[in-house]
Amino acid sequence: MNEQQIRTLAADVLAGIAPEADLATIGDTEDLREALDLDSMDFLNFVIGLGEKTGRKIPEADNPKLYTLKGLIAYLAR
Amino acid sequence: MADFTMPALGADMETGKVVEWLVAPGARVKPGDVVAVVETHKGAIDVECFLDGVIDDLAPLGEDLPVGAVLARVRGVGEPAAPAPAAAPKAAPPLAAAPERAPVTASGAPPRIKVSPAARRRAQELGLDAERLQGSGTDGAVTLADVERPAPRPRQATVARRGFDPAQMRRAIAAAMARSKREIPHYYLTSTIDFAAASAWLAAYNRERDPAERLLPAPLLLKAAAKALTEVPQLNGFHVNGVYRAGPGIHIGWAIALRGGGLMAPAIHDADRKSLPELMLALRDLVQRARSGGLRSSELTDPTITVTSLGERGAESVLGVIYPPQVAIVGFGRIVERPWVVNGQVVARPLVTATLAADHRASDGHLGGQLLVAIDRALQAPEDL
Repeated sequence: MNEQQIRTLAADVLAGIAPEADLATIGDTEDLREALDLDSMDFLNFVIGLGEKTGRKIPEADNPKLYTLKGLIAYLAR
Repeated sequence: MADFTMPALGADMETGKVVEWLVAPGARVKPGDVVAVVETHKGAIDVECFLDGVIDDLAPLGEDLPVGAVLARVRGVGEPAAPAPAAAPKAAPPLAAAPERAPVTASGAPPRIKVSPAARRRAQELGLDAERLQGSGTDGAVTLADVERPAPRPRQATVARRGFDPAQMRRAIAAAMARSKREIPHYYLTSTIDFAAASAWLAAYNRERDPAERLLPAPLLLKAAAKALTEVPQLNGFHVNGVYRAGPGIHIGWAIALRGGGLMAPAIHDADRKSLPELMLALRDLVQRARSGGLRSSELTDPTITVTSLGERGAESVLGVIYPPQVAIVGFGRIVERPWVVNGQVVARPLVTATLAADHRASDGHLGGQLLVAIDRALQAPEDL
């Protein structure tokens, strides 16, 4: 996946969790949980959505790598 | 013949509005069936009917009706139909009677809707109900143009699934919490609980599982509170008219913050008897429905106690305000890593602050302390939760 695809994917998944969220307004190194007011349940749903849409297995230990857009892009581009 | 009435969906509700009937007059209903969508300050709620029989005399849509108002009548199976009063519209000969789907006005007499023959024919072709369209002709008659106009979407249950009105919810929370602080003499207790055993158990449980099957700390805290309440049932119930009444089960009201402000605490029924994966599923489902609509009336009427957990980005502890007529609220703060003494050594440990706010009319601090001790004990043996 390229960067743009990953951004679109993240926005799609987040639309179901935080409908008012606008990823374009969030910096690449900002903590998504802070910026979008995601609680642990929201973040788990985010990881579930990413896993379902990419077919990737995302171990729980990798959660911290998904806290920022920068981390997310690096992780899913692999 | 029994009355199906507007339920009190929480201490803070005075009126509700039926926005949709999900059954037709004359339909057979069984206890627990969702029969109507009622709009309240908590959004659109699916209202269950706990009567058994044939439902009729449905209340009109869109009117503010007080709690306890008759919404419909349910005739028991085998019960003969009551002879209708001669003056009642439904006693009129069938031909003169209004089509049953016509909107019913407050007076009970359906307004006559004029539909031009061409419009009626075209509506049939399109599968529309001409009498439900907005008419633009003389006297509001429905014309061909009205039928062919880019149609208002057909009415569906989802139309009623609007979220709550934040201002209205704010007022309702204000009323309930002011009543709580005015009437309930709260006492407060706090305990710091070592969460290391639970944390280790969770990490091991989640390691090989897909995200959708993972557990969060929330179901462990919920189950620990539910198990503790089986030991201290005096905190699980209601204070009504000066008397404590134990709850019929451990139905935990789980506090859910709504995006954009507002709060509700719908019930997870019989939480003490559900497994952790069941509770996790129930929590995910409840949060989803609390935010997007589709809570059931029993979830709002049945909580016997409230549990509030602040989650991983919350404060370290919370001393709650009791939701009347409940007699207690348990709070869990964020799980934090702090120095802790184990076997005489200072070590870093994940800790959680558990609190209890309870009604001093119904219990004393000694009893409340036992609840926190029981929660602590439960969290030290996560494999048994």
